Amino acid sequence: MAKIIIPTPLRKFTANQAAVAVKEGTVLESIKDLTTQFPELDKHLFDEKQALRGFVRIFLGEDDIEDLQGNSTAVNQGDTISIIPAIAGGKI
Amino acid sequence: MSTDVKFSPEELARYSRHIILPDFNIEGQKKLKQAKVLVVGTGGLGAPLLLYLTAAGVGTIGLVDFDVVDDSNLQRQVLFTRDDIGQPKVLAAKKRLEALNPYVKIVAHQTALTSDNALDIINDYDVIADGTDNFPTRYLVNDACVLLGKVNVYASIYRFEGQATVFNYTDKNGELGPNYRDLFPSPPPPGLVPSCAEGGVIGVLPGILGSLQANEVIKVISGVGETLTGRLFLFDAATFETRTLKIKRRKDNPLNGEHPTQTGLIDYQQFCGIGGAEDHEEKLPVKSINVKQLDSLIKQKANIQIVDVREAYEYDIANIHGELMPKSEVTNYIQKIAKDKQVVVHCRSGKRSSDVIELLQEKYGFENLYNLEGGILAWAKEIDQTMPTY
Repeated sequence: MAKIIIPTPLRKFTANQAAVAVKEGTVLESIKDLTTQFPELDKHLFDEKQALRGFVRIFLGEDDIEDLQGNSTAVNQGDTISIIPAIAGGKI
Repeated sequence: MSTDVKFSPEELARYSRHIILPDFNIEGQKKLKQAKVLVVGTGGLGAPLLLYLTAAGVGTIGLVDFDVVDDSNLQRQVLFTRDDIGQPKVLAAKKRLEALNPYVKIVAHQTALTSDNALDIINDYDVIADGTDNFPTRYLVNDACVLLGKVNVYASIYRFEGQATVFNYTDKNGELGPNYRDLFPSPPPPGLVPSCAEGGVIGVLPGILGSLQANEVIKVISGVGETLTGRLFLFDAATFETRTLKIKRRKDNPLNGEHPTQTGLIDYQQFCGIGGAEDHEEKLPVKSINVKQLDSLIKQKANIQIVDVREAYEYDIANIHGELMPKSEVTNYIQKIAKDKQVVVHCRSGKRSSDVIELLQEKYGFENLYNLEGGILAWAKEIDQTMPTY
């Protein structure tokens, strides 16, 4: 299994879990495993064309998957995937 | 050029711990004194940023904020005291910072940063530190910095989570780093990520992130150390998990990618999907009622329903005996909302209840809903001063 770290704003869609164990394979397969477990999450991560939304980045380890092989980047046993959303707080 | 900078004996004494610091020394201190830094937002992040930059001896510090100090700010905005409540933030901050270090010039811009004034204000500074609290201003600050070639030292927080990096920084090899649009090409849809007023924030977190931001500002100015350019630092205060991820420029960046399409500032409210022209055409207006009108309806024993869309823990702090139907699950309560009489919907300040009314009008055809202006805070201020506020 691999691990996906869920950022705070999206935890309301994962029953408040901060990390979710998913199948390895490709990044897309791992994330689809996540959205199968938590279907509500899908529309917040992907648009109608199933492209990743502009306010979310996906990292495998330290690297943006865009700088690796995108959705088809291989995910191995024990890897950590990070979902990083834009957050804007600070001043309030 | 830094050789022209002179220090008085008092300044040399004040900055002695910098001056004896290997690698930093008097040259670093001279660079600080020559530097002009603009801090956008004098709130949770701005407080530690401003205190440390002022203490460190940055020569000129600009502040931008339109807001006044509120008692709910004091949980984390350590720049202010109770005496400042009701005062414009930039003026209260200027007074405090001038008392801390008289050798620093503090320039107060008591205004909201907008597409009309951003280029003029930012152009006078060398480094910008973004401590704002909303997506439109984040993109505005970013775009203005990229267009003017300024470094944007960034931090942002949400509940227990913080992010920090340095945008638009040219390193020692002449290589330009990524900016906000490389990291996040577009903002989240309104409503997905609630503001701190709704989502809450642990008070120490902006202190931690704002201090990291001050450190990055000082590194950018002095050239000492390695800045966070090209790296996104993440901190989870709840678990103490930290991550540092690599970020890169993107070819499709509209400002400085391979084929730039944007050469000036834009309408950032519209870009972030807030109050755009299209919205107004689609949505029915939200009718409202003020607290005095509601108070007299209650006293007349009028046949109305009051719906409270806050969370249960907020209801426990203070309530006006409304029926609790939290915004997050309001669609489960549709059957309980009357359609045949006046229904007053309220929350803490009026924002969530307005969102709920829009949803109920649009999706469920309600026409009898009224938003309580100013929410329970207005009630506590104008009708029942014994009511606790939060």
